[in-house]
Amino acid sequence: MIESRTTQRNFDGVRKSFVTLGSSLGAIVLALVICAVLLLLTGKDPLVAYRQILETGLSGDKLLEMLKRATPLMFSATAVAIGFKMNLFNIGVEGQYLFAALIAAEMGTHVSLPAPLHVLFILLVAMIAGAAWASIAALLKIGRGVNEVISTIMLNFIALSFIQWLFDNFFRDDSDGGLNVKTTKIAPSGRMPDLVHNRLSGMFIVALIVVALYWVVVFRSRFGFQLRASGLNPIAARTAGIPANRMVLLALMLSGAVAGLVAMPSVIGDVYGYGPSATPTQFGFAGIAVALLGRNHPVGIVSAALLFGFLDSTSAELQLSGVPSSIVKVIQAIIVLVVVIVNEASSRWLNRRTAERAAIALKGLASVA
Amino acid sequence: MNRSKIFRIITYVLGPLAVISIVRLWTDQDALTSSNTVGTALRLTVPILLAGMAGLWAERCGVLNIGIEGMMILGTWFGAWGAWQFGPWVGLLFAVLGGMLGGFIHAIATVRFNIDQIISGVVINLLAFFGVRYLSDLVFVGQPGGGVSQSPPQTSAIPRFDLPILSGGQIGGWKSPDVLAWFETRKWFILGDIGGIGRGLTSNLSWATVIAVAIVPISAWVLWRTRIGLRLRASGESPVAAESLGVMVNRLRYGGLLVSGGLAGLAGGTLSIVASSYYRQGQTAGRGFIGLATMIFGNWRPSGVLGGAMLFGYAEGIKLVASDSIAALFLFIAAVSLIFFVVAIIRRLRVRSLFALGIFILSTIAYQTVSTVPESLTQSLPYVVTLIVLATANQRLRPPAMAGVPFRPGEPH
Amino acid sequence: MQLGDTKPNQDLLTSDAVVVELTNISKVFPGVVANRDVSLKVGRATIHALVGENGAGKSTLMKILYGLHQPDSGTIAINGVARQFKSPSEAIDAGIGMVHQHFMLADNLTVLENIILGLEPTKFGVLSLSDARARVRELATSIGVALDLDVPISELGVGQRQRVEILKVLFRGAEILILDEPTAVLVPQEVDELFVNLRRLVSKGTTILFISHKLDEVLTISDRITVIRQGSTVATVSPNTVDRLKLAEMMVGSDLPKPGERTTKIGATTRLAVRGLSVLEKGRKNPVRNVSFQIAEGEIVGIAGVEGNGQFELCGALLGLLSSEGTVEVGGKDVSNLSIRERLNAGLAYIPFDRHREGLMLTAPLWENALLGHEATLSRGPMIDFTAAKKACREIISRFGVLTQNELVPAFVLSGGNQQKLVVGRNLATARTVLIAAHPTRGIDVGAQAAIWEEIRRSRDSGMSVLLVSADLEEVLGLSDKILVMFDGEITAELDPKSASPQILGKYMTGAR
Repeated sequence: MIESRTTQRNFDGVRKSFVTLGSSLGAIVLALVICAVLLLLTGKDPLVAYRQILETGLSGDKLLEMLKRATPLMFSATAVAIGFKMNLFNIGVEGQYLFAALIAAEMGTHVSLPAPLHVLFILLVAMIAGAAWASIAALLKIGRGVNEVISTIMLNFIALSFIQWLFDNFFRDDSDGGLNVKTTKIAPSGRMPDLVHNRLSGMFIVALIVVALYWVVVFRSRFGFQLRASGLNPIAARTAGIPANRMVLLALMLSGAVAGLVAMPSVIGDVYGYGPSATPTQFGFAGIAVALLGRNHPVGIVSAALLFGFLDSTSAELQLSGVPSSIVKVIQAIIVLVVVIVNEASSRWLNRRTAERAAIALKGLASVA
Repeated sequence: MNRSKIFRIITYVLGPLAVISIVRLWTDQDALTSSNTVGTALRLTVPILLAGMAGLWAERCGVLNIGIEGMMILGTWFGAWGAWQFGPWVGLLFAVLGGMLGGFIHAIATVRFNIDQIISGVVINLLAFFGVRYLSDLVFVGQPGGGVSQSPPQTSAIPRFDLPILSGGQIGGWKSPDVLAWFETRKWFILGDIGGIGRGLTSNLSWATVIAVAIVPISAWVLWRTRIGLRLRASGESPVAAESLGVMVNRLRYGGLLVSGGLAGLAGGTLSIVASSYYRQGQTAGRGFIGLATMIFGNWRPSGVLGGAMLFGYAEGIKLVASDSIAALFLFIAAVSLIFFVVAIIRRLRVRSLFALGIFILSTIAYQTVSTVPESLTQSLPYVVTLIVLATANQRLRPPAMAGVPFRPGEPH
Repeated sequence: MQLGDTKPNQDLLTSDAVVVELTNISKVFPGVVANRDVSLKVGRATIHALVGENGAGKSTLMKILYGLHQPDSGTIAINGVARQFKSPSEAIDAGIGMVHQHFMLADNLTVLENIILGLEPTKFGVLSLSDARARVRELATSIGVALDLDVPISELGVGQRQRVEILKVLFRGAEILILDEPTAVLVPQEVDELFVNLRRLVSKGTTILFISHKLDEVLTISDRITVIRQGSTVATVSPNTVDRLKLAEMMVGSDLPKPGERTTKIGATTRLAVRGLSVLEKGRKNPVRNVSFQIAEGEIVGIAGVEGNGQFELCGALLGLLSSEGTVEVGGKDVSNLSIRERLNAGLAYIPFDRHREGLMLTAPLWENALLGHEATLSRGPMIDFTAAKKACREIISRFGVLTQNELVPAFVLSGGNQQKLVVGRNLATARTVLIAAHPTRGIDVGAQAAIWEEIRRSRDSGMSVLLVSADLEEVLGLSDKILVMFDGEITAELDPKSASPQILGKYMTGAR
């Protein structure tokens, strides 16, 4: 009896993962087919483009670049996923990470600490700054009932202006001269060492650690359970004694804290400072896409970030071979749209199947009893 | 009834006008109501207004549209391409069609497949941004003046005109007098302002602007005076009740989203065809989201969207025109808070009147003392105002009750 | 109870005067027989009331007539023609309209827009608003309703909204009007107004089916009354041949269940003390007013009452979900100003009214559902102890007899009864001192019901104090040591279940003092 229960259990889990994986892969293939049609319509040979992507992407150099490009995506997708797990849509990762990048870059120049502590300090400041910016949306939601979708969108734009103002008036360092102004360069002690010289920052490891911590905190810890419960049924969670407002605040601050790390590969791994044109943008929105593609699951997030990183890494060569590099981004967007649609359909199907199977199994149980 | 109507006109039209006029005369900032400022403001208002109306159409039928920005991007690109190929009017048509493509994708995703409306909108923004980049690479690269982030310049533009008599337009070859300009140059109290504002609104007008502004009353009429409009609004307010009365909710949502996409596309088209003569990457500059902000600000009503768009357009216009944008900003805030103060006093809302008075005093002091407040902060004005409105007036806003909630016809509720 | 003398009344109806005829209608929902062989004849231009307790099957019967449910057996005839309604729209076409207890109105649309929606008078697609306004106004005045047609629904009170619903149905040409508990949400004055409107309607030839459990009202307004108990018709009577006592007796049944014999004694210590508790609500009459009671160790206090008389708010206030005035003491400790979690820790346990809304995470596995509220104990440090959590769930499953293959399936696959067992099990699994059980057996099959009752008795015997809120008289009488009747937000009577008669219970539950 016990044995059969265990096999049954494994079987259930395997089937669910299989359906999830299968539907995601199927959706990706479907998306590629749609893109192929679009390529054909615009007079490009999809096979040439896809072969080019595969050939360049799979070379050793490009695989390193894939990891590099996946790093910020892993941070921002995790930040978005934390919100999703509580049914909160944090569109504000963009503003949170840019704000955090500026503050952390600036604060990083004002302390002198031994190397590991200095790096840690900057990361900590980034997380606090991201959490602080995210907490505005949380407080608006708790105190005034303002929907976080709208408030985080607005806060993104407000952050952009605010950052520009802070930078122009207080933090910019013109001593370098030239057009590409930045904050003062962070001292070597505050720089994240490279994993592969000039190719891959140590932030990649930090990203893996953060995703692992996301798994531990959200999927394994008590706090994570309360967070997920508040997302699944807020009323039931509150009735069971989980404080609703505090969970909103903590979830959004945690999301913002992780968002704060998004630009760190650039700030302490590459540019060693913040600059309006040096610090990468748009990762907040890409993170939403990666989180959706990865279904908010840690393994999914890492896989999706790697897939996006892989595609991104090939864009330069693609351009050279006559296919506009932006097709990569189009493919990414279409993949996400198709995956979301297919997920919706497949989870409905899976739920129906689960219910049917349970009904059959129960008939068996009842007849035994 | 009649008396309260007159009273209302005085409060809402002449009151603010008088306030602005006083501020203008007091501070000698003629740019506040100059025809130049108002004309610029009008041009800047139009895309925001159309984006706001796009949001209104979508949410009124029950679907949130975060993808307006993306649909606008499609509008700028297809509009510019059409205008480049076939002239400006065809360009505007292509802009509308481009936006409708975005609206259609949104409808397929949210209405047909029932996916989260926010997610669909976000993805459409990404798709549009990179999709047009891809298309530019195919179509514009190698053309004279074109490139991956820019279209070749158009050779013709939508005609512009001055209104006869009011702004010296032509009537059959006869150049009529420019009455408003005469008033504007006199700078008299209120009359000078009417001259400036009126001239800004009636001179050098693009027909596209006229069409855009006409969409406000047309939308209001369709949504509130026709059968399809009533059913569309019912689909956003209570799809269950509407369905129980035989209304085809999903069909209407498709329609609403096509209109929404078309308006967003037109908004984009006005940017790449009317406000400039070429497509440029990043041309929309977040105006789709400002449009959403005006929709919220305008309480999901066409007149409110118009008001919100005018406010934000004016703020942007005065920043561009008046060299001393900082002073202008504080003047503007002072004027607005004074209006609120007056309204609050009339309505006997003590707390609110004190609040408005406080802002007025602070902004006036700021105007007198602060000489440099950076432009970067004024850029965020629409967003800050929206957050303040949401935070303070949330209970009084009336969004469509079921906007954002997926609806599956025929299921028990 | 034999009431044979009243039966012939039905036969007095001549065949052409019968508008609605339901014959031998039966309807079974999984585990519950909602209607059993129900027959009903309704005369033209009369007000025909359907009375019965909550869950007696009145609403199901009317939903069958309106096409929302299809009967398992039996026939429907309208004006002598046999009909089958697959959907409400077919019923509407046959001239039937229904006003649901929960209104189907769009709050931000105006009264006029709500009424004409779907059947708008138009010219070339443009609304003929003046035409529509004139027609609706005519309809309104004909039944004596005065309404401003151009204000949004959100500005109307409940009574006015109900009038809009009635107008909406009439605008569609309904000649047979079903009103589901129309007075449940109204204040007395509004009830009077409604009755005037209904009388006018009937005088114009409309037939009204009126669902209620408020006996005084039924006796006032009806031409004929059908009593339903446990899914079957008890009798159809004329209001001048019965009084409210007799009706209450028919409604509740003559043989009430005896309270279960108990072997343990009620303890001396007070476990739950409530003093002067009021729930405040802006813009509405306070739903709970000045409620006080005490429950001793090992005692079950039942709160009887028709639903919607403040029971829900009372539970919410006890648990801290709603803000309230007055004091609540659990185990001698004042918890009035504590958070929900702190109150739970002080010894409260809660079986919620609605297991889907307040109890379960439907897509989460059973063990996570069982874990909800017990995260603190089933943890090691800050981490969830998965083995312990799953083991705890398995214990609940076996102890409470939850029928499921394992603890890993999502909650939505369980039947209602098994879901409820899980919720009950979750809240009884750990030692708490006070249990608030709100409708612990609603909508579940008889077997699960008996099991849950047994568990509540067992908890009581182990010294737990239980507040049992239920609209099911069998449940309240069968379990309680003391019964409090709640009506309109107040406790109106305290009864001993041993001596409680159906008459007395019916009387208090329907508003007498």
